[in-house]
Amino acid sequence: MSLPVGADYLSILRHLVALYDTGVTEGFSRDDVVYVARLARLDLEPSEVDLYAAQLGSILDHVAAVTGLDTTAVPATAHPLELANVLRPDTPGPTLPRDEVLSQAPHAEGGRFRVPPILGEAP
Amino acid sequence: MSAVFEYPTSALEIARAVRAGEVRAREVVEAALERIASFDGALHCFLTVTADAALAAADAVDAVVAAGGDPGPLAGVPLALKDNLCTRGVPTTAGSRILEGWVPPYDATVVKVVAAAGAVAVGKTNLDEFAMGSSTENSAYGVTHNPWDPNRVPGGSSGGSAASVAAGLVPLALGSDTGGSVRQPASLCGVVGVKPTYGLVSRYGLIAFASSLDQIGPFAATVADAAALLDVIAGHDPADSTSLEVGLEPVSRQLEAGVAGLRVGVISDFLVDASPSCVAAVRAAAEVLSRAGAVVEEVAIPALMLGLSAYYLVAPAEASSNLARYDGVRYGLRVDGPDAAQMNARSRSKGFGPEVKRRIMLGTYVLSAGYYDAYYGQAQRVRTLVARGFGEAYEHFDVLIGPTSPTVAFEIGAKTQDPLAMYLSDLYTIPTNLAGHPAVSVPFSLSEGLPVGVQVLAPTLGEGPMFRAAAVIEHGADPGARGPIEPRLAGAVR
Repeated sequence: MSLPVGADYLSILRHLVALYDTGVTEGFSRDDVVYVARLARLDLEPSEVDLYAAQLGSILDHVAAVTGLDTTAVPATAHPLELANVLRPDTPGPTLPRDEVLSQAPHAEGGRFRVPPILGEAP
Repeated sequence: MSAVFEYPTSALEIARAVRAGEVRAREVVEAALERIASFDGALHCFLTVTADAALAAADAVDAVVAAGGDPGPLAGVPLALKDNLCTRGVPTTAGSRILEGWVPPYDATVVKVVAAAGAVAVGKTNLDEFAMGSSTENSAYGVTHNPWDPNRVPGGSSGGSAASVAAGLVPLALGSDTGGSVRQPASLCGVVGVKPTYGLVSRYGLIAFASSLDQIGPFAATVADAAALLDVIAGHDPADSTSLEVGLEPVSRQLEAGVAGLRVGVISDFLVDASPSCVAAVRAAAEVLSRAGAVVEEVAIPALMLGLSAYYLVAPAEASSNLARYDGVRYGLRVDGPDAAQMNARSRSKGFGPEVKRRIMLGTYVLSAGYYDAYYGQAQRVRTLVARGFGEAYEHFDVLIGPTSPTVAFEIGAKTQDPLAMYLSDLYTIPTNLAGHPAVSVPFSLSEGLPVGVQVLAPTLGEGPMFRAAAVIEHGADPGARGPIEPRLAGAVR
């Protein structure tokens, strides 16, 4: 799989993209995009739905190289360090000034964050 | 400015001269601000320049020197901060519209630590939105130009920090590296970029992208300057529960130790698909190490080639969780709606750019019911395979070398429509993050006028041998391949 001398970056990347193309996934439908966008609290324009269906399908197709590996005897790594719970003494310490924190909120009122109704009650 | 003192110069030379009273920190910082004023209109490395605060901090350093006190090891050294590091009272955007105008109420630990060491922060640098990208083109605030060729990207995501050092605007900068975001732009800009061992540098106040992969690291024009900055920022921080409690012997003291007897593996898997100039640089660097007394051999670590796929499942999964906090309630952009859920969705849709939305959706998908084990669980097991591949290699080698990036800097706009091609820029940097190891990119040679970096990789807390090898490689490198340079601005397109 060696490249010709003098190959430019675009041909190199096309070559790499081809290496990673597994073609094993079933792609990403528009319905998949709409479903995932709802879970992720994103409102997408119709044009965005089409774009992301194509792009996410292509990305998944390439990263799917790992899904075919037999890893039955391999433990998962969630984190590079083998950390147990890290605890500190339960003693009070300084906190950020409330007014300074609330000054950054889009809407604050009476020392609290103000939000629209959450469970459908009247505002 | 003292007649003998020229700017730009190395951080260590500035600190020495300021500490010795040969030049005032204010003069140095004024020179940095002048250089920023001259060049940054065309380069766009900085999103915010904090001139007044920097001059005040420089005066404070000078007052310590005048009083006979110790102004710190980086006294008077101008430094740039990637704009995903929180700075109290200074806007911090992470390159995103969703944080436009946000002023953090606290400093990141590294921001406090570098100030305590006498360094003077002069501003916040451009980045791909939330550090997601390899070109700095995903910033909501415009592209940064590569000082070697204004029509090319500086790499990313820490492109503003890398370019600011390459152009001699500042001798030091901080970035963050989740999959190569310090090393790849360092390679593309001809500067040194370090990704330290996971947990060596506190992440407190770093805006989170993928928490099990993120690590803050230094940029500098020389290996010695990068080592000096790493020695300052390394250390335990109770505010970061993943911060390591073990100390690291200062790397600055080990730079002259040489590589006699050091076992160096050349990762053969990284030489198959990289561009010929990047492969040639690695082979020449291997020869430099060999002549200096290292024992150099090729080693195949095929598991590393699985890293990219695992990364693009793990990192988006963590990102989708970390970025859930941008809900329009406590800070950042809000677009109102009839209820909280619609307010959340409208705010996020307006505030996030396309790459961030892609990664949030990819992460949400791989964590969703029915796909979790096939994608995310499998990626975590492959992460173990990557770490094991490294582990077996490090039974035989002290450090490994390879290309940092598969290519030199590419043209602005070349990959923006093809996210996958962009992701492949990080093919050789990602495995290090998955394993939590350190690595450094050292500028080595030029290819058609553009810098090529060589990467030195080491096991957990292997920064000492890694820097010894980096220093020897730097000594054998083409001195014309590294910054600071006079930026090339002709024909720059904004």
